[in-house]
Order: sequence, then C-alpha cells, then structure tokens
Amino acid sequence: MMDGGALLAPHPAAAAPAGEAACFARREADGALALDALVEGIHCGGCVAKIERALGQHPAVISARVNLSTRRLAVRWRGADALADALVAKVAALGFKAVPFDPMRLARADRAAESDLLRALAVAGFAAANVMLMSLAIWAGRVEGMDPATRAMLHWFSGLIALPALIYAARPFARSAWRALRAGALNMDVPIAVGVTLTAGMSLHETIKSADHAYFDSAITLVFFLLLGRYLDLRARGQARSAAERLLALGVRTVTVIGADGTAATVAAERVAPGSIVLVAPGERIGVDGTVADGRSSVDASLITGESVPASVKPGDTVYAGAVNLGGPLRLKSLAAGADTLLAEIVRLMEAAEQRKSRYIALADRVSRLYAPVVHLMALLTFAGWWLLAGVSWESALVNAIAVLIVTCPCALGLAVPAVQVIATGRLMRRGILLKSGTALERLATVDTVVFDKTGTLTLGRPQLVALGADRGSLALAAGIAGNSTHPLARALARAAPEARLIAGVREEPGAGLSLATAEGEIRLGSRAWCSVDDAPDAGMEMWLTRPGQAPLRFAFDDTARPDAAAVIGALKRRGLAVKLISGDRRPAVAAMAEALGIADWQAEVRPAEKAAILGRIAAAGGKALMVGDGLNDAPALAAAHVSLSPASAADISQTAADAVFQGAELGAVVELLETARAARRLVRQNIAAAIAYNLIAVPVAVLGFLTPFIAAIAMSSSSLGVVGNALRLARRKSAWK
Amino acid sequence: MEIIAYLIPVAIFLGVLALAAFFWALKDGQYDDPDGAAERILHDDD
Repeated sequence: MMDGGALLAPHPAAAAPAGEAACFARREADGALALDALVEGIHCGGCVAKIERALGQHPAVISARVNLSTRRLAVRWRGADALADALVAKVAALGFKAVPFDPMRLARADRAAESDLLRALAVAGFAAANVMLMSLAIWAGRVEGMDPATRAMLHWFSGLIALPALIYAARPFARSAWRALRAGALNMDVPIAVGVTLTAGMSLHETIKSADHAYFDSAITLVFFLLLGRYLDLRARGQARSAAERLLALGVRTVTVIGADGTAATVAAERVAPGSIVLVAPGERIGVDGTVADGRSSVDASLITGESVPASVKPGDTVYAGAVNLGGPLRLKSLAAGADTLLAEIVRLMEAAEQRKSRYIALADRVSRLYAPVVHLMALLTFAGWWLLAGVSWESALVNAIAVLIVTCPCALGLAVPAVQVIATGRLMRRGILLKSGTALERLATVDTVVFDKTGTLTLGRPQLVALGADRGSLALAAGIAGNSTHPLARALARAAPEARLIAGVREEPGAGLSLATAEGEIRLGSRAWCSVDDAPDAGMEMWLTRPGQAPLRFAFDDTARPDAAAVIGALKRRGLAVKLISGDRRPAVAAMAEALGIADWQAEVRPAEKAAILGRIAAAGGKALMVGDGLNDAPALAAAHVSLSPASAADISQTAADAVFQGAELGAVVELLETARAARRLVRQNIAAAIAYNLIAVPVAVLGFLTPFIAAIAMSSSSLGVVGNALRLARRKSAWK
Repeated sequence: MEIIAYLIPVAIFLGVLALAAFFWALKDGQYDDPDGAAERILHDDD
C-alpha cells in the first residue's frame, strides 16, 4: 500500500509494527548492516539533503544516501538490526514515508541487459561516426578522382574499425536470431543478422580484392540504429516493470502473531499458519483473513466491499485482510490460506476474468509477424532473379539482395512504437501515472466506456461532516470529545470545528463510541446503539450526541467526491465516452453521488462477481471499457476490463490487477491518461504509415538494382530519424488537464 | 596524401579514449542518479 494511511485519515498507529524494518536489514561482508527503502514524497535535492543529514547525525550510521532518480534510500550502520526501525521512524518524522524492501526481489538481470545494450550502442555509434567520415572521403573521391590505392587504404581503415565493432555490437541480434533459427522460427532479427553478416563478409572480400563494393558503413549504421530502437524499447518496458516492482515491494506486509506462551513475533502475512492468533493494533491494516477471537472494534472495510460506513465487529465475526481496524485492539484467529475466504474467492474470479480476456497482441508484433518472411523472400528472389534470370555476376546479384535487406530493415518500424512509448511513459510518470503494462497505451486509445467505482475512486474515501443541524456550542462539545479518537468519523467531526478545545477525561468503548462523565451525568458520542437511539434503515454515516436532559443530536457525514470529479466526468462525456458508476455501496449513497456528478447510468449494491460480469457484458457487446476502481471488490472487474486504472491508495490486489496506477487526489489523471494514449496512437500510426510508405518506394528501387547498400543505409537512417523526431512531438504537447 | 595514414589512426585513438571514458563513467555509476547529482551541488552544508 503506498499511501492508504494518508488518504484514510491519519492513523497514528498505522506506522509499521515494531520489528518490521528490521526484517529487511542485511548483514554485509564487513559486518555492517544495510537497509534499502523506497521513500515516498521526495521532490527535490532539499528533501534528499534533509534525510541524509538527519540519518547521518545518528552515531551508528556509517552512510546514508538517497537516490533522487529512483527514490531509493540506502543506509548502512553498525550495531543492532533493530535500529532499522528507529531509522525508518526518523525518516517518517521528517514527513517522508520510507518503505523497506528486499533488493533481491527486484530483478537485477534486466539492469545488466540494459547496460550491456548501452555499451553496444556506444561502440556502434563510435564506429559508425568514424566509418562515415571515411565514406564521405571515398564519396568525394569518386567525384574528384581519388587514386585506387588511397581508396583501398580507406576501405581497410573502415574495415578495421567496423568489423570488431560489428562483432561486439551485433551480438544481441545474432543471439536472438540464432535462438529463433534453432527453434525453427523466423523473427525480426534473422534478416538483420543475415544482412549484416553478408554485408560485412562481402565488404571484406571486396576490400581484399581492392574492389569497389565495400559497405562497412551501411552495416555499422544499420546496427547502430537498430540498437537505438532496441534500447528505447527496453527502457520503456523497464519503466513499466519498475512501476510494478515498486508496488510489489511496497505490498510486503507483516503481522504480529501471539505465540502459545504469550510472546509476540513479527511474521510475513503470507507465512501465518492457520489458527494462529494475530494481534491487530488500533489503526493497523488487517493482514490476514480471520475470525475475531477477542476484542470489540469497528473496521473500515471500504477497500473490500466499497461500503463507506465502518462496520462493528465482535468475537466470532469474520474480518478480511485489507480492512483497517479503527477501534480497540483485536485478536484474530487466522483462517486457512486458500480456504473459502473472500480473498480466495476474489483471486479465483480475477484469474477466470484474465483467462477470458483474449491476449492482446501489440500492434508492432502483429506487423512484424508478417514482415520477416516477406523480407526474406524478397531478398532471395532479388538474388535469384539477378543471378539466374538477368545473368549478372553473383557479386552484383548479392549486392542487390543486400540492398533489399538493408533498405527494408525494420529500423523505422522497430523505432516507431518504442520511441512513442518511452516518451508517453515518461510524460505520464511526471504526472504521477505509472503504466504497468506495455500494451496499456494501445488498449487505452480504443476505450469508449469509462466505468467508475464510487468509494475511494470517485471519492477520497474520507468522510466529511454535512447537514450542520447542531448549534455552535454542541458542535464544539462534540468535536472536543471526538478529538480523542482516531475513528474516521470522529476525526471528521474534529476537523469540522478546528477551534474546539480538546476535552480531557474521555473514555472510548471500541466499536461503539466515546463517553465523558460529568457532574450532571454521562455525555455520549458514537453510534446509534451506543446513544440508545431507535434503529433506522439506511441511516448512512452518522454519529449521535446524547447529553443528560437534552434530545439526542445527529451528525451526518458524507464521503465527499474528489475535488475535480464532476469536471472530469464532464470532460469524459464531452469526448464522447459513456460513463458508468458501479458501486458495492448502498443505494441512497450511490444515487446521491451519481446525481451530484451527473452520471445517468449507475448501479448500487453490486457484488464483486457481478461487477466482473457487467464488464464482461460490455465486452461481449463490443465495447471497450476502462475500469477505474480501488477496492478488493473491484479487482475481478479490473482484470475483466479491456484496460484498468487504480488510485495509489487502492488495495494491493487491485493495484496488481490494474494496468496503470495514478497518485494524488485528482481524478484528472483519467483524462490525461486517455488523451496521452490517443495522441500516442496517432503518432504510432503516423510512424508506421511513414515506414510502410518508405518501404513501398524503396523496395522496388532496391529490387531493380538502382540502390547501393550505402544509399540504402542513408535512406534507412533518415527514415529512422524522421520517426524519432515525430515521436518527440508528444513530449511537447500541452497537458490535456490542469 | 601519406599524412592521412597517420592522422586517421590518431583520430581513432582519440575516439577510443572518449569511448573508454564513457565506459568508465557507466561502470562507475555516474549515470545512476542524474537528477540527484544536479541538485546535490546546491546543498553544500553536509
């Protein structure tokens, strides 16, 4: 969970239970301890300096370093591993949320692949630039009349630079092509590997013979541009993956298990044995499904059911992982993992939905599947045609075939999609939107329906006082009492009267309410039952105040919409999208919200399986739905939707199911995301169209033998540059929102 | 024209030096935190 605590009103005890950070401390070879943590809320060098200075002041700390680019903190110290918690608390005291993680969980292999590719790119770039200089001299020499000995020398120099560079830089393609060939398949890398090898081999042959057809320049420029595309593609996918990794690392949760001898131990949530007694402190998020063994409290289950009113629990009741304990401490008897729990049911629904969803194939893959066989056939036909039919020498026929391979090289095609993706992903990330899936952008661009969840998605999941029926004195009294509690309704009441003085001597009955003993009698603030008021159906979120000799007073609360929700709904409608509201909450609350935001199409009291079924029906009718939801009850629907989005405050499982996650309180992210996706699709289409148009002109010219491999390489390079330049336009676009 | 027989190797040697410098920087972690390095210089009080 990234900042669920911050959105669901601050819970003082929501910080990690003692010993959690210590679980992640590692002992290094020299005996020092090291801890890695992701730090939320860093914006500038000032934040970095503040954290580093605060940690550095601790006598045991050897070094503390914050990486501003990755938002990671690495701290090393000598002494006990329990100090980890103190250090995390120190960072928290500065106003940043540090979440320890295990760096081994984050894949290192891809990082190695990325720097390997960057090194190959550097070598290819260096060689291409130098070889190009000599090629210009050779070209000028053709006009000015260069003597054959000088030309041969320049060819030799070109070969000496290009051949080692090619052997080094073309490995990624050679490896991939070899893998494909061994598996009896063709991929985009096969024509590249064949083309480069043939060009280099023939150029060497020609250079040894002091002949004219040396094309080292073409081979190395080709490899350089292909590597550029490959590198951009890896970066885009890396960004999507690291967003997912961040969520995974942050999702690691520990719980406090009470042993048979009464000792408390910190255990990872997934390792809790069924039947264990788990202690849940007030304000803590419940880590496992279980039945209440001891204690009374109220739990906020809005992430699970979408219900905005906290529910009271007593011994024997079942509570689910993801709910927040608002009242007193609870002891839970954990249920068997994978048993008939709500979570297990939701995971099953999600898996079923994901299987039904046809696997989306990225546009670039669909194009390239057709591309490789066509290119090979064309090159082979060119060679055979020139050699057998036209009766030229095999060298000339080979030159023409190589020109075909080079001119059709999927450079522009290979760059068309990754260049746009890198720029779009970076642009969204700067606005706090993390894309988790590589094909999310393409799918987003086709959306015609937007389905919203209510609690926590359209709303902030934070109640606010409405309908001020009380006079100032009563409100001040109620707020003064309420200030003693961490219950969200009590906090909302206290927020509504910030000038009220806190009243001492208040006692809290977990799950029921607050009481204050005075000379005239007891004053009570809390639930309907606590204040002995008659029960009424659909009362909504409320608190009652009873005073001796006075009629009970009601305070009503409302879960307020995100500040820009109405504007966003309007903006979506103006763009011709259908907007739906599907909530698990009670009818009156959903109806009021739909009315306020102008959503005509709404459904209330929908169970998780029904939500997924509704999205299935939209898909069956040919619609492409974007599901925006945060709750555990939304997870199956998120998985079933064409594409899905979650706020960063959502349940872990929902963030995992969603294709993108947005941070912050503003719903404008939805508009921004859809607009960026549409702009990206336009650019990808323009790029692919340009690449195809270029091929349609260049291929016949090459087949007919009018193109030397050198001119083919120049044409290919300029088309690649054109494609990248076109993609860059996305970075300069104005934001659609804000 | 013999001069280019010397000039080209010299130019390539200089290029290789730059390439080696880039590899060193990459290996040394100079690109690990580009944003942080730019800001760090402004905070000289540690």
